[in-house]
Amino acid sequence: MISKTEIEKLASLARIDVTSAEKDSFTKQIDAILGYVDQLKQVVIAPISDTASTAVNVFREDVGAHSSLEHTDALLSEAPDREGQYVKVQKIIA
Amino acid sequence: MIDLSSLTIEKAHKDLLSGTYSAVDLAQAYLTRIEKLNPELNVYLEVFSDVIAQAEVADRRLKAKKEVTMLTGIPFAIKDNILIKGRKVGAASKILEGYTATYDATVIKKLKDAGVIFLGRVNMDEFAMGGSTENSAYGVTRNPHDTTRVPGGTSGGSAAAVAADLCLAALGSDTGGSIRQPASFCGVVGLKPTYGSVSRSGLIAAVSSLDVIGPITKTVSDAETVYRVIQGKDPLDSTSIDTEVKTPVKTLKIGVPKEFLSGGGIDPAVLNAFNAGVETFKALGHTIVDVSLPSLAYALPTYYVVNFAEVSSNLARFDGVRFGLRKEGKTVLDEYVKTRAEGFGAEARRRIMLGTYVLSSGYYDAYYHRACQVRDQIRADFKKVFDTVDVVLTPTAPTPAFKIGEKSSNPLEMYLADIFTVPINLAGVPAISIPSGEVVVDGKKLPIGVQLVATHGGEGTLLSAAKILGK
Repeated sequence: MISKTEIEKLASLARIDVTSAEKDSFTKQIDAILGYVDQLKQVVIAPISDTASTAVNVFREDVGAHSSLEHTDALLSEAPDREGQYVKVQKIIA
Repeated sequence: MIDLSSLTIEKAHKDLLSGTYSAVDLAQAYLTRIEKLNPELNVYLEVFSDVIAQAEVADRRLKAKKEVTMLTGIPFAIKDNILIKGRKVGAASKILEGYTATYDATVIKKLKDAGVIFLGRVNMDEFAMGGSTENSAYGVTRNPHDTTRVPGGTSGGSAAAVAADLCLAALGSDTGGSIRQPASFCGVVGLKPTYGSVSRSGLIAAVSSLDVIGPITKTVSDAETVYRVIQGKDPLDSTSIDTEVKTPVKTLKIGVPKEFLSGGGIDPAVLNAFNAGVETFKALGHTIVDVSLPSLAYALPTYYVVNFAEVSSNLARFDGVRFGLRKEGKTVLDEYVKTRAEGFGAEARRRIMLGTYVLSSGYYDAYYHRACQVRDQIRADFKKVFDTVDVVLTPTAPTPAFKIGEKSSNPLEMYLADIFTVPINLAGVPAISIPSGEVVVDGKKLPIGVQLVATHGGEGTLLSAAKILGK
């Protein structure tokens, strides 16, 4: 059974503010969902491999980059706040 | 007047070539219909202002008979999670309100090259999480067959647009059934291609190891036409692959996973539609055999653990710093939590928290690692089945379209409706939903689809089997 305190902890780890009404509904819903996916623990299977997945990584050479500043302005213009060539945020170091 | 209800890509292409009407006439016919029906159905989140200008360009191509493809002048609707450069896109989420795409998705680039007309962007469940389009921040889309019912989801807008003749074809994306289930609910054809066969570059990521873009159309031939244009390996998506299209066999061996169908919870009308599909194949001399897919019993919990984990990782980038919504706060951290609380809907926040849980140290092995192992098992089970059969036939969804609000308060119940579609994404194989019957409920005819599944890269066999049922 997941507790309301754990939900608060999860919300904080996930960087999400939850209202106190939501804490109640999320606790109930998340508990039911975790109870459902818990049946995975009972699956009797011989793992095909020791790793988490048989999927493989695909790598490529680090080449073919676009030219410097080509997309800078288009990307920066999507930022909620900017100053010159920078994305502007709240002061980080107090 | 162009009769949109009987129109297919195939027919429109012939008409455009012969000059029966122009691409502008065709686009205008759809715009007129959208204007009339969209206020009630809520399919389009935005109708582009330059549709006629796009059609004029297509007409010039058609007139010059230069670079004309099957798709030149064909009007499309695009799901709101596929990027078109310079146009707004938002995955039906408040957190991307006002965001403008800075590049074309690879599929869009291919459609542009083919001369497609983009009518607008259509509704979906926020960040492709849901099964009803009720999770959109912009209100539910209504099912054209019964406006008190959902169109399915997450590509509910795409399926409803095709069903209501608000476009001739649409692009959707499928993570756990998001193309096939709405196609079933709306009575249209929905193709989920082999994972990786269509580039994900420019698709707003939901579950990267499962997401695939595919067409929603009125006929199997139309789906094939669109698929052939959008597929192919792409340097911008390292998971993309080229699939060889093999010549399909004449007599098909069709597998039916009996144990999977005897689990209960399937609407009798759905079973009827499914049996009708079986009979059609039998009558034409194809062989039906029972197949066993034992790991399917764990497909749903496996799917949701993978889904939560990847969703929480993919949505971490939405923090109000570089794009989209930003809510003012006292500190940077304060702005993150406020932006994410306000910007994401309830389902997105639930899944982000669930993903954070299943990936946290202490739980990782029991959930995520386990789910990845079971996923490999499911993949192996399908591989084994396709050693003996050409295609597998199942229902697409356990019920016809449900009522708006019926499942929205119980997320777990909504998840259970994905039982037939999610195993396919876990296995990465291609599947298609085709209309196979209907049931009359409260005086309204509700369509029901069946699902055909083929092996990796087996689109050729899949589509030829689908054409048998689609007739």
